[in-house]
Amino acid sequence: MNPDMILIRFGEYTIKGKNRGMFEKRMLQQVKRAVASYTSVHIRQTFGRIYLELNGEPYAEIAARLKDIFGIASFSPIRKITSELEEIRRTAVEVMQSLPKQPATFKVAVKRVDKQFPHDTQELNHLVGGHVLHAFPGLKVNVREPEVELRIEIQPEGTYVFSEVVPAAGGYPYGTNGKAVLLLSGGIDSPVAGYMAMRQGLELEAIHFHSYPFTSEKAKEKVIDLVRRLSHYSGVPIKLHLVSFTEIQTALAQTEHNSLIITLMRRSMLRIATQLAEKVNALGIVSGDSLGQVASQTLSSMNVIGRTTDLPLLRPLLTMDKNEIIRIARQIDTFETSILPYEDCCTLFVPKSPSTNPNLAIAMQCEDSIVNLNEMIAEAVATTEVMKLSPEKPSVAQTTEEDHWF
Amino acid sequence: MYYFDHAASTPPHDEVIRTIAEVMAKHYANPSSLHRSGHEAGNLLERARSVIASAFRGTEPREWRFTSGGTESNNIAITGAARAYSKRGKHIITTAVEHPSVYDTCLALEREGFSVTILPVDSEGVVQVEALEQALTDETILVSVMHVNNETGAVQPIREIGSLLKHRRSTVFHVDGVQSVGKVPIDLQGCGIDLFSASAHKVNGPRGAGLLYVREGIVLEPLYHGGSQERGQRPGTENVAGIVAAAKAFRMAIESQPERTERMYALREQLLACIAEIPELIMNGSMDHTAGSAAPNIVNFSYPGMKPEVIVHMLEQHRILASTKSACSSKSDDPSRVLLAMGASRERASSGIRISFGDEHGATELEWLCQMLRMVVQKLKPLERKE
Repeated sequence: MNPDMILIRFGEYTIKGKNRGMFEKRMLQQVKRAVASYTSVHIRQTFGRIYLELNGEPYAEIAARLKDIFGIASFSPIRKITSELEEIRRTAVEVMQSLPKQPATFKVAVKRVDKQFPHDTQELNHLVGGHVLHAFPGLKVNVREPEVELRIEIQPEGTYVFSEVVPAAGGYPYGTNGKAVLLLSGGIDSPVAGYMAMRQGLELEAIHFHSYPFTSEKAKEKVIDLVRRLSHYSGVPIKLHLVSFTEIQTALAQTEHNSLIITLMRRSMLRIATQLAEKVNALGIVSGDSLGQVASQTLSSMNVIGRTTDLPLLRPLLTMDKNEIIRIARQIDTFETSILPYEDCCTLFVPKSPSTNPNLAIAMQCEDSIVNLNEMIAEAVATTEVMKLSPEKPSVAQTTEEDHWF
Repeated sequence: MYYFDHAASTPPHDEVIRTIAEVMAKHYANPSSLHRSGHEAGNLLERARSVIASAFRGTEPREWRFTSGGTESNNIAITGAARAYSKRGKHIITTAVEHPSVYDTCLALEREGFSVTILPVDSEGVVQVEALEQALTDETILVSVMHVNNETGAVQPIREIGSLLKHRRSTVFHVDGVQSVGKVPIDLQGCGIDLFSASAHKVNGPRGAGLLYVREGIVLEPLYHGGSQERGQRPGTENVAGIVAAAKAFRMAIESQPERTERMYALREQLLACIAEIPELIMNGSMDHTAGSAAPNIVNFSYPGMKPEVIVHMLEQHRILASTKSACSSKSDDPSRVLLAMGASRERASSGIRISFGDEHGATELEWLCQMLRMVVQKLKPLERKE
């Protein structure tokens, strides 16, 4: 089937109450941006829905884009035809034929808005349903739990026929639930945490700690790539704060309690993240912690680490298992980048036996033994490098000289 | 010099030569090195990969491997896939007209214990899709069919084969596209192609740089070991300058393909008309390109009763460079395997001449070639060997 239109549906919560206007406006913007390069597409908005008239633009490509927009619950490819019985019957069969898998049961659901149409809803059910049954031997009607609902809407401007309902990303439109910062390490978990947070309507700014020369330039590029990928889902550029952690890390590594070093690093990172969050008016910190996965993610560690900030710590992956996280990472296309083998700033200092049950008092003692820790934290915040990243990768080579080589 | 041997190799574009020299001078660091220079060289490789991916529409940068050329790409694809999937089955299908880097590789796999079906072709050198369908078994793990034949220019029904294989998820589809890039349209996704080989020196790029498309999800067992470059499937320090220049050449070739194809078909018509006028010469392959079974830039004909090298050498005296069969096997005296497979007699298959042209040629050059052909045949006629 070559659809003429796409019907986009939003999650119900997006059209409730006072926020409705804001949600709808945001969704319209997102959809507009997603189809901007398809110039013939015409967008029409009605109560809680958006219609895209394709005017010959490719359905499959546009559908792929719609699938990734947060706030869209589902969409349907639609055939728009004239309101004539024969045409409706023929199109009904075509729509059924084009289903990815032929169903065993179906029902016809007619909505007759245009009362001028000569057949009423009951009649039409029979006239169209009977015709479809004829065309598909073995197909049965089940009005209670049909596998497929063949929908026919007779509107004054014409008739819409559709049956397929394609699930989309769901969630809330990007940025409709406030702003948080995301601790992005470059591993598998944190991009997934970012994605889950964004799907819940959070606007994000990412923070990455690097400790050149202990970490390589490539590790930084990997994080840049991950943020670009995430910005595909936000639809707008995402800011990345690159924090130099070398000095703090070196100082922490010289304290006596080797088994606490990861705890201490995390505490300092949270302090920096808190200050950065305040700077950019973010009200929460998102991290990829998953309970028990590594020493710093035991409940006891999280307790000692979390006490450094007053902001809510949001951990979308807390109770997920690793396989589930990997599945999402593959689905959002961050997995391949995440597994590139560049060390993050913890790997070099990771102790042989990191404490899974750190002691808060000892951690605080260690920090007190570093006289200028707070200055170093302030310095790290002040020297943060900020990049604004969008999905399109600019040419990696920088000079115009390199352009002409290609 | 009138260079009519484009199917063997093409003259590099000036821009390609400049790119090689500049990149070579500036980016000599090993792209795998950790320091900044290495990193920059590595970035150039990734940029080349992106350029390639956007030139071959619908593909992703990560699906492309850089190799040393078509032969290596074909070997890595065929042997790599056969070994990786040998647990599924051990049956391979290919055709009688493949380039030796495919044909001989399949025969080598046969000695390793695989069974190989070699499909016949019709008199125009085209494989019948029905024959392929019949040859498929539950054991078939690999089908390798070339896109454009290097000796005759015959175009194989890649799209039809692809849709036949589309629902057979256990069968990998390899296409040797070395002669087709820039000559006929290529749609890797639409044709359901899993592996695709190409070579830069056939598209006015550098020799020693090739491509292998490996569709996401396809596994290849590496042929050699010693590094993780190109996802471990083609280890070894990358030829940075060659690859950057190759990306440029491929991009230019694909961008200008529609215009080139149209121009070349006109030249092909002109040459066909000339051959038809010379009774001693017989065309090998399709006379009518509108059916889609002939590439625009390769013409093959025979002068039965005449050793083809004599014609090649006589043409060369008049500054025309042509080939006998494929350059890779032109030094052997055997009849062409490709022409034999098309049903040509031994005599006709032993006397094939290949003319292949490129962007620098127009009607004037072709007219000169035709004149020289007429002259050469006239001179040689009294020396024909009568059977």
